[in-house]
Amino acid sequence: MDMAYLIATIVKIVVILLVFSALAGLGTYFERKVLAFMQRRLGPMYVGPYGLLQIAADGIKLFTKEDIIPANVVRPIFKIAPVITAATAFMAAAAIPFMPSFTIGGYEVKPIVSDINIGLLYIFGVMGVGLYGPLLGGMASANKWSLISAARSAAIFISYEVVTGLSILAPVMMVGSLSLIDFNNWQIENGWMVWYQPVAFILFWIAAFAETGRTPFHLVANDHEIIDGFGTEYSGMRWGLFFIGEYANMFFISFVIPLIFLGGFGEGTFIDGLIFLGKMSFFFFFFLWTRAAWPDVRPDQLMWLCWKVLMPIAVLNVVITGIVMM
Amino acid sequence: MSNTEMFKDRNISEDYFLLDIEDYPTTPWEKFKRVVKRSFKGELFVGLWVVLREMIKFDIHTIQYPEEKLPIGPRYRAVHEMKRLWESGTERCIGCGLCEKICISNCIRMETRYDENQRKEVGEYSINLGRCIFCGYCAEVCPELAITHGGEYENASEQREHFILYEDMLTPIDDVLNKKQREFQGFGAITPHEDERLKKTPLAY
Ligand code: SF4
Ligand code: SF4
Repeated sequence: MDMAYLIATIVKIVVILLVFSALAGLGTYFERKVLAFMQRRLGPMYVGPYGLLQIAADGIKLFTKEDIIPANVVRPIFKIAPVITAATAFMAAAAIPFMPSFTIGGYEVKPIVSDINIGLLYIFGVMGVGLYGPLLGGMASANKWSLISAARSAAIFISYEVVTGLSILAPVMMVGSLSLIDFNNWQIENGWMVWYQPVAFILFWIAAFAETGRTPFHLVANDHEIIDGFGTEYSGMRWGLFFIGEYANMFFISFVIPLIFLGGFGEGTFIDGLIFLGKMSFFFFFFLWTRAAWPDVRPDQLMWLCWKVLMPIAVLNVVITGIVMM
Repeated sequence: MSNTEMFKDRNISEDYFLLDIEDYPTTPWEKFKRVVKRSFKGELFVGLWVVLREMIKFDIHTIQYPEEKLPIGPRYRAVHEMKRLWESGTERCIGCGLCEKICISNCIRMETRYDENQRKEVGEYSINLGRCIFCGYCAEVCPELAITHGGEYENASEQREHFILYEDMLTPIDDVLNKKQREFQGFGAITPHEDERLKKTPLAY
C-alpha cells in the first residue's frame, strides 16, 4: 500500500466527515425552510440573513449545553448509543461514490473512500447497525417513551430490512455485482435501471423512508405520540449526534437511490456530475416534501405493509427477473 | 351582509353536510382491497401537490411580530388610559372612587384630597396590572369617561406586581391640545348617535 493512496484515503475520509456534518446542519435548515414554505410560514428568519446562521446558533447551543446523564440509566450504553448512530451513518459513506472521478495535478481522485466489491451489502449492513443507536439508547434510558421507541425501532428494523434486501436483489442479479461503481458502468451501457426494475425502484424508495425513519414511517421519534422517543432523555451533543446521524443517513440514501436506479453520474463529465447532484437533491427534497404532506402510519401498519404487501411483491419481482434472465 | 352579521347567526348554516363514511372493512380481503384502492387512487399525490402548490404560490401568512403587528380593534381591552377633557385639557377624573369600589380584583388604589379651590383631586392612583383581569368594569362604571381601556398590550415586567402609575396612564397634555386623544369605543363608551337620543331636561321648557 503506497503512501499516496494512504494520504488520499485519509483526506477523503476527513472531507466526507466535514462536508456531511456541515450538510447535516444545512439539511435541518432546508427542512425548516421547506416545511415552513409549504405551511405558509417563513421559518427561521432572525439569525443572519434569512436565518442562514441558525445552523451556527444551533451548533453553539448543542455544543455548550450541559450533557445530562440521568440517574437511573445504564450509563455505558446510554453514552455509546448516539455514537453508534452517527458513526455507522458515516461508515456507510465509505462505499458510496459521491461524484465522478476527476484529476487534480495529474493525480486521479476517485471520490469514493473504498470501492469494495460488496459495496451495497456493506452499505445496508452498516446502515442497519445504525438502528442499534435508537434501540440501545431507548432501552438504556429508563424512560417509558424511550422504551416504546426502542421497541418500535426493533419492529421497524426487522420489517424494512427484508424489503430493502429483496428489492435490491433483482437489480443486483441484472448487474452481477454489488459495487456501486459497477452499477454506474452497467447503466452507461444499458440505460437507467429504473426502466428495467420499476417495481424494485418503488419498493426500495419506500424502504428508504423506513430506513431513515422519515414521515410516513417516522415512528421511532414521533413527537406527538412518544415525545422524542429514544432521544427524550438525551441533551446537548449526544442528542446532536443522533440528529447528525439521521440527516447524514438521509443524504447517503439520497445518493444511493440515483446511483442504483437513475443512472448515477453516468460518464462522469462535469455536467453529469451536476445532474447527479440534482437527482440527489430531488430525493432529499422528497423526504422533506412528504413530511409536509403525509400522515404517519402506525407501527403495526408499517409491519403489515412491509411483511404482507411489499415483501411478497419484492419476492415476485425477484422470481420474475430470474425467469426473464434465464 | 355586513361583516359582523355572520357572527350573529348562531344557527348551523345550510352548507353543513355529514361526511359519507364507509363501513370499516372486516375481512382481510376487504382490508386489502381498501389498501389497494387508497394506494392507487392518488390521494397521496393530491397531498403532495397541495403543499407544493402552496410553496410555489409563496403566499406567506407569517406576521414577523416585533417588526410587524396586526391591527387591534378599537374596543380591545388592554392597559388602561386616563383621558383628559377635550376643551381645557384638565383631567377628567373627579376622584369619585367608583372604579376602586367596583373593581372585582381589588387592584385599583387611589387617594384623593381637596385642592386649593376646594375641589376634589386625585393624589395617588395606581392599578396593579398583575392582578387586573381586564374585565372593563372600571371603564363601564366611570361617570366621566375618565378611565378607559387602551390598545397597549405589550407589557413585560420582572414581577407580577408591576404597578401602573397615574402619570403613565394619563394622556399627555400635548396630545389633547393637538386633538390627538382618541376616545375609547368599547365597554362604557357612549353609544353612537347619542346626541340624537338626548332629551332636554324639563327645566329647559
Ligand atoms: S378592568 Fe376590571 S379588574 Fe381591571 S382595574 Fe378595571 S375593574 Fe379592576
Ligand atoms: S370612576 Fe372615573 S372619575 Fe371616578 S375615580 Fe374612577 S376614574 Fe375617576
